[in-house]
Amino acid sequence: MRRLGIIAGVAVVGVLGGLLAVRPGDAAPQGASVTGRVRFTGTKPTNPRIDMSEEAACKNKYTTPPTAETAVVNANGTLANVFVYVKTGLPADAKYQAPATPVVIDQEGCRYHPHVLGIMVGQNLEIRNSDPVLHNIKAKATKNRPFNVSQPSAGMKTMRTFSAPEVMVALECNVHGWMNAFLGVLPHPFYAVTGTDGSFSIKGLPAGTYTIEAWHEKYGTQTATVTVTGTGAKTQDFTFAAR
Amino acid sequence: MIERALVVRIVFVLGIASFPFLVSRLPAQDTTAGKQVYGKWCAGCHGDNGAGDGEAAPYMLPRPRDFTGAIYQIRSTGSGELPTDADLLRAIDQGLPGTAMPGWETRLSDRERRDVAAYLKTFSSFFADTTIRPQALQFSGAPGGGGSADALRIGRQFYDSIGCRKCHGDRGRGDGPSAATLKDDAGMPIFAADLTENWRFNGGGTAEDIYHRLRTGLDGTPMPSFSDLLDQKFLTDEQLWRVAQYVRSLSPAEPPVVRDVIHAPQRQGQLPRAPDDSAWAAVEAYWFPLVGQVIRKSRWFAPAVSGVWVQAVHTRDSLALRIVWDDRSQSPDTAWLAHVGRVLGAVASDDSIPAPAQPWPDQLAVQFPLTIPQGMERPYFLMGSASAPVYQWRWSSAGAGAAEGVARGVDRFDPRPASSLGGQAVYEAGQWRLVFTRALATPDTSSQLQFRTGRAIPVAFFALDGSNGERGTRMAVSTWYFLALDEPTPARVFISPVVAMALTLAFGMLVVWRARRRV
Repeated sequence: MRRLGIIAGVAVVGVLGGLLAVRPGDAAPQGASVTGRVRFTGTKPTNPRIDMSEEAACKNKYTTPPTAETAVVNANGTLANVFVYVKTGLPADAKYQAPATPVVIDQEGCRYHPHVLGIMVGQNLEIRNSDPVLHNIKAKATKNRPFNVSQPSAGMKTMRTFSAPEVMVALECNVHGWMNAFLGVLPHPFYAVTGTDGSFSIKGLPAGTYTIEAWHEKYGTQTATVTVTGTGAKTQDFTFAAR
Repeated sequence: MIERALVVRIVFVLGIASFPFLVSRLPAQDTTAGKQVYGKWCAGCHGDNGAGDGEAAPYMLPRPRDFTGAIYQIRSTGSGELPTDADLLRAIDQGLPGTAMPGWETRLSDRERRDVAAYLKTFSSFFADTTIRPQALQFSGAPGGGGSADALRIGRQFYDSIGCRKCHGDRGRGDGPSAATLKDDAGMPIFAADLTENWRFNGGGTAEDIYHRLRTGLDGTPMPSFSDLLDQKFLTDEQLWRVAQYVRSLSPAEPPVVRDVIHAPQRQGQLPRAPDDSAWAAVEAYWFPLVGQVIRKSRWFAPAVSGVWVQAVHTRDSLALRIVWDDRSQSPDTAWLAHVGRVLGAVASDDSIPAPAQPWPDQLAVQFPLTIPQGMERPYFLMGSASAPVYQWRWSSAGAGAAEGVARGVDRFDPRPASSLGGQAVYEAGQWRLVFTRALATPDTSSQLQFRTGRAIPVAFFALDGSNGERGTRMAVSTWYFLALDEPTPARVFISPVVAMALTLAFGMLVVWRARRRV
């Protein structure tokens, strides 16, 4: 009976989670938070253009030629696609339940959406194909088992999970050599990815001292040590320089 | 601590319970003995620590397997799963055709092979995780009628719809639009398989092998698993089998056998000078394997052209030689420049060649001695020498096309200023077809071979794929074979036996008649 209750509870949380489209940081709303921005200094990089002429169905989805997303600097001088996460500092015995809602990655216009994403160990990754062309999805994992599956048509969905923490797992399509994405797999929900405003927010942290790492595919990693107490909010910015 | 003790006990109990099963899977997992076998036979390529970095590894493309990640191409399990013990043993026993990995079934004892398989598993912590139990997929048997036109039509339909052609190309020759960009998990350049050469498929060339590879994918390579498509009802199991059967149909029924002598029949009328002249369909084709040139520096360990198909016909005064070979790129092609850079960066050679700024062409050469030898002695097969030169026909996909001349070793080729050699080539869907034509006899007997019928004329072949970083001595070579220009069968061949029989009969009757008269 108690187990049933737990299952029902998890299901309710799962459904609610789905309805509210909560971000991972919201999974444990009580507690402290770390927020901040990832700034970018120096000359704004130019991403190379992608030649999609071999794949008209994708090429036709763009009015301006698509570019790679190796280094996306926002209008406000911040850096997008930075994976910010708690690297160390959580209690050794802490266990975090993976949400029942899957994390979705979509293939559209022969690019991955999102380009950088986080997922919890055991959580479903739903891989969608919105393109009417063949994609193969290869996860080049080393701490997890890798996989390489195919989706030849639009509307296909594949579910996969990861059993071990790994920052980052590279995803790639070999049919379209320019397509890549990065997936951070963690045993806890304390992570975020910077978007168009370069900000991130990690919520629900228990009191403690943490090493927070910011990861970027081109500019590498930066770490900061942050101490939070109770329900306090800390600001921690990161800065990556052009090179 | 309590938890750990409990886990240990559970593992122990499970271990006892599954002991008979384990024994049947892999008896005597003696990793000490396995280590000895490994050190002696495997480490040279796969490295002491199993990381695929042995002494010979830099000379190989594809590289030897890195065992530390436990990522295996040829499995019976789903994508990303560990291989079963049977899968490991299969790779050891049969090797991986088309790669440097030989089969060890006849070289090592059963015990040695099982020991080494057990030892391989110690290189990766994934095998130590007892919660992972690799399970072979449930494979169906082949549906009937696999060779029928209808089955092949369905196979072809799904070959297109599941996107095989993206890498393997329209005709299966590994020349699809994505072919130039393919890399393996380690970032090494990798070719999409040429599906018309099933004897070089890493996991075996039967329709069943192909079906299994479609189901499992080849982990570590760009080749994905198509099993999900069955679950999602994108296609049926039978339709996937039809794809496998269609792919199988692209290769000959039997792997080609090397025959030493090319017979060139004599034709009446016109010589077929065009590569796609319909007359070639009736001419027998001979297959010759090529290997990397590893004798002279710079040596080449990763040739792209694995063999040539050769046909020859002649008329009373001229000879036509048709050479057909698969090549994934119509070089020079800038789309392959990045691949050239990756190949040159990956394969150890004697000189460090920077990736070219301009793409290189494809080349082919046919070699003869300068004169037909009287005995068995032939010039050095690798483009002759100063004292024993060779006569060559050379063709390049860029520039002048065909040229003839005399080579005195790999470094010296003197082309004839006024070439009398004809050369026509077409490239179509991953294949070159080239026809050389020349008069049998020429005025210049000192620097041109004079072809004669009824003689065994030594012949050898060289091929270079510019888009694979091949130029100069970095090429694929054959050994000497023979070309024989057959004479039309004279009428006496048919009449002589009849005459001989008649004479024998007459002689016999004479003997009998004489004998009777004496009595």
